[in-house]
Amino acid sequence: MGLAKRIIPCMDVDAGRVVKGVQFVDIRDAGDPVEIARRYDEEGADELTFLDITASSDQRETMVHVVEQVAGEVFIPLTVGGGIREVEDIQRMLNAGADKVGINTAAVFNPEFVRQAAERFGSQCIVVAIDAKRVNTEGEPSRWEIFTHGGRKPTGIDAVEWARRMVDYGAGEILLTSMDRDGTRDGFDLELTRAISEAVAVPVIASGGVGELEHLAEGVIEGKADAVLAASIFHFGEYTIGEAKQHMANRGIEVRL
Amino acid sequence: MSTIVIIDYGMGNLHSIAKALEHVAGKERVIVSGDHEKILAADRVVLPGVGAIRDCMAELGRSGLDTVVKQVAAEKPLLGVCLGMQALLDHSEENQGTDCLGLIPGNVRHFPDSASGNSTSERLKIPHMGWNQVQQQRGQAMWTDIPNDSRFYFVHSYYVETSRAEDVAATTRYGIEFASVLVHENIFAVQFHPEKSQHAGLQLLSNFVHWNGDS
Repeated sequence: MGLAKRIIPCMDVDAGRVVKGVQFVDIRDAGDPVEIARRYDEEGADELTFLDITASSDQRETMVHVVEQVAGEVFIPLTVGGGIREVEDIQRMLNAGADKVGINTAAVFNPEFVRQAAERFGSQCIVVAIDAKRVNTEGEPSRWEIFTHGGRKPTGIDAVEWARRMVDYGAGEILLTSMDRDGTRDGFDLELTRAISEAVAVPVIASGGVGELEHLAEGVIEGKADAVLAASIFHFGEYTIGEAKQHMANRGIEVRL
Repeated sequence: MSTIVIIDYGMGNLHSIAKALEHVAGKERVIVSGDHEKILAADRVVLPGVGAIRDCMAELGRSGLDTVVKQVAAEKPLLGVCLGMQALLDHSEENQGTDCLGLIPGNVRHFPDSASGNSTSERLKIPHMGWNQVQQQRGQAMWTDIPNDSRFYFVHSYYVETSRAEDVAATTRYGIEFASVLVHENIFAVQFHPEKSQHAGLQLLSNFVHWNGDS
């Protein structure tokens, strides 16, 4: 017995509302992040991740209030990503009650930001989010590149090298999303997950593509992920977090039940 | 009115621990403060902390809170959390070696890189991050209504090693077996984050609120 593999539901928040459809039968207002967070906590989520996809910066304060409310009643780790570009953004989220922040695009444009953030707040709260896409053609050795802006802009940066560099700069955890699999429900890019997980000494969260419970187990067993993140399979009420954990336990994975 | 002061010395995020204590406190008032008098007047004190030990000790020294914490430890229940636990020992290996408060005999060490986390000898991920089991040994008052081997949320790269077995209140396995909880006179110190450990963590904080310092 020892450290459990984590299951992390992720919520996309736009102007203070959870989007991409969250449906629980007995929740009155399915878009309320506080109610949804409470539900996931009750079901046994190991952490919660909020991704702020609010387009306009004047709505950023809304996210702060969401985090404050959730942190006031849900006592498990909270990660907030999206729009984290400056030290002040991190400070604001930590003050609101977040435990970790996810840095994505800002890390690519200014890698030193990750170093500054880790030195100031400690590596334990700096999660570097990596959006990677396979770029090799068939028959070539596998290779993935970093993409920014929600996977639209290629950077030419090799994903494995980038992960190593971000850890050198002080990232305490890597949130790895396969842009090829995100939204497909075909399962994680296991080869990518494994390549990154074996390349770095810090925990790796696999993300992108979960469509069924076995995908979560595969991410840990074959992808060597330390945690698995999913959105839609939990949001639409197809599976509870408890069912996901039971499935993983049945596959021999240590989980917090 | 009974008060619990969370020591604010500029190290990390005190919001979570304050919220969690408020959640379990009854009539006790929870205060976040770096004020010496307020801390010394409290009924119970929490020393939190995240980040690096050198900065932590520097801040405690600069603010004079190192002396205050020592006085608190001699007089009333003190809860050390995470880095706030490590600061209570004699010395830490972190930052090329840092002297700590010396309130609990022992040292703080880095997890061995070569330790094997399981039978397949896979490399241990550092930091030790996530929910791990806590096997209770001593300090029964603090374990009230917490099942043995409950999981708590950890985030750390260094662990404490005490020379006195009687100070170890619980152990956890991560490659090696380490002391995840210490109990020493008025001090109860936890390596995990009770404020992030859901039911078990809130119960532990509640037990601290009612703890009179007897283990």
